[in-house]
Amino acid sequence: MSDMLSAAFITVFITTVIAQAMPLMLASVGETIGEQAGVLNLGIEGVMLVGAYAGFVVTLSTGNFWIGMLAGVVGGVVANLAMLVLNVWLGLNQIVIGLAITLIGEGITSVLYLQNYTKSPASLGQAPKLAIPGLGDIPVVGPAIFQQSGIFWVALLIALVLAFALARTNWGLSTRSAGQKPSSLDAAGGSVMRTRSIAVLLGGGLAGLGGAYLSLITTATFSPLLTNGLGFIAIVITMLSRGRIIIVMITSLIYGLAVAIGPALQVIGFTIPADLIKMLPFLIVIVMLILFARSSVVPPALGSAYTRGAR
Amino acid sequence: MNETSTAQRFAQGFVRSVVPVLLALIVSGLIMLAIGSSPLEFFAGVWKYGITGTNWQRSLSLMAPLLIVAIGLIVAFRGQLWNLGYNGQYLLGAVTASGLGPILFDVLPAFLATIVIFVVAVLVGAVWSLIPAILKARYGTNEIITSLVMSFIAVGVVNLLIKGIFKDPAVSTPQTAVIGDDYLLPFIPGTEIHIGFVVAIALAIVAQYVLSRTSFGLRVDIFGASPKAARHVGLNSTWMVILLFALSSGLIALAGSVDILGQFAYQRADWDPRYGDAVMPLVFLARFRPVAAIPFVAFYAVLATGGTLASQQAGLNVDFLLVIVGLILLFMTITEYLGNRRQLGQSYLPAGLRRTVLQPFRKESERTSA
Repeated sequence: MSDMLSAAFITVFITTVIAQAMPLMLASVGETIGEQAGVLNLGIEGVMLVGAYAGFVVTLSTGNFWIGMLAGVVGGVVANLAMLVLNVWLGLNQIVIGLAITLIGEGITSVLYLQNYTKSPASLGQAPKLAIPGLGDIPVVGPAIFQQSGIFWVALLIALVLAFALARTNWGLSTRSAGQKPSSLDAAGGSVMRTRSIAVLLGGGLAGLGGAYLSLITTATFSPLLTNGLGFIAIVITMLSRGRIIIVMITSLIYGLAVAIGPALQVIGFTIPADLIKMLPFLIVIVMLILFARSSVVPPALGSAYTRGAR
Repeated sequence: MNETSTAQRFAQGFVRSVVPVLLALIVSGLIMLAIGSSPLEFFAGVWKYGITGTNWQRSLSLMAPLLIVAIGLIVAFRGQLWNLGYNGQYLLGAVTASGLGPILFDVLPAFLATIVIFVVAVLVGAVWSLIPAILKARYGTNEIITSLVMSFIAVGVVNLLIKGIFKDPAVSTPQTAVIGDDYLLPFIPGTEIHIGFVVAIALAIVAQYVLSRTSFGLRVDIFGASPKAARHVGLNSTWMVILLFALSSGLIALAGSVDILGQFAYQRADWDPRYGDAVMPLVFLARFRPVAAIPFVAFYAVLATGGTLASQQAGLNVDFLLVIVGLILLFMTITEYLGNRRQLGQSYLPAGLRRTVLQPFRKESERTSA
């Protein structure tokens, strides 16, 4: 048991928690903004995969992780364009389009990966670390938190800025009213369509960024169906967090803990089947849903497209 | 006035069901060109491996599980319950057959053992759906999310079972013991199509009758159209949710056990055919009518049977089928939209879902100033 308390062990543990939590956090923040604006995006799983694949390919060819992350964002936005055009603009069914995006995203990234990389599976190696002077030298916590890649800090900053913006700015108010009562937003002179369009594009970009974080930093490679349901966990976390991004961030950390505990227990001698470890996040999610089912609140206009003048 | 004859309505419905499929095939061909594969080679391969020779028999065998999954989805979707946990429910049914089969066939007569396996599979599927159903009925928790999460848990449980108590100790790869040929579902005489195909067709006809000609079917439709209206006419909506979910999930699990006893005879860990993903768009195209689903399922069975080999030949892989299925979904909504604009008549989507499908924004010039 002394192993469990060794500095190196705890450092690895914290690093794993963060690496697992970040992709989910980014995707959930994106989904939160979409849901607050009234767009339930079931395509997030596919969007994340497109972002992950785009980031992987670009990083592999340029060698630059920052450009790879950017490619992930672009990939996510492009994948979500289908939702933008078909749902927000034309008002077609969100659930069907979302599932279509997920299926196409899964299929196309898997086909492309196996076509191009199956003969020589590529690993990206480690993203360059950014050691923060002073803080990075703290034992245990320093190497775990303050020697992360700069991408970690940028991602964290994006989430915090959006948390503030959604809760405290005019933009946030418009976004939330587009999900609560679109007709009020319309009456107040705002554009429901423009507000939702921005939310959908932002959501796509963040899901793509989350996917890229997963392939570039968490796993340092791509494989078919890499996300393995992470997009759906993001939707659950969004539902349970009731639109508060700070809660989204905390819940994502809890998810990271749940995922990191499995390998950690294995290190200290418990053997846990890999399938159980994969299942654990979903078990936690279903328990949370059972316990907090009553409090999972979604915006009233979620899922319905807005038609001016309709009842 | 939109008065049309039955024949015209049928023709319109036919056009609106077939157009999305054609568009999806054309666009998937363009995607193949874009990524450097030959669509001609792919579709020729689908024809060759899906239909010619005795391959059509393999396609019909694949129809058995697909059609039963379709019926399961239709039962839930008719009541406006979006059971998307089909992958897990299917695998639970499959593992019931592949796990209990080797044990039961030793102690019971084959016929009895088969019946027991089917019944247990249905029960396992039904019980698995209780959590999403109760959460939906009591708290209105979105069943799409809960059933999906339960599906991921089921996949894990099934893998644990296959690597654990159901593992065949004689083989090093994690898989269940192979069920002897004598115990598998018999073939239709003169073919190599197992009788699961007949069972599936019979189930489709029964389901069609029950849903469209009995008071139960009417209740399901009333419940689907409006749970509030259903309460007013004395329907217990809690029980309706639980019953429909159990029926749906039980049927999908049955499909899994039929597939094992008819086709595979054993089950490997991490095997997940994801039939439900493919079938879901098809039941929309069939407008939730079990018998109407038969031709669509037949089409997909050929595509999947032939496409597995054809996609490898064309330098793709099987996951390309997911792209085609996703495209069918997309073109379905687009055809629906264009069809509604042109008043072509019937809709794929039931009223409840259609509430969320809106008309386009009117042009600026048409706005009435208040």
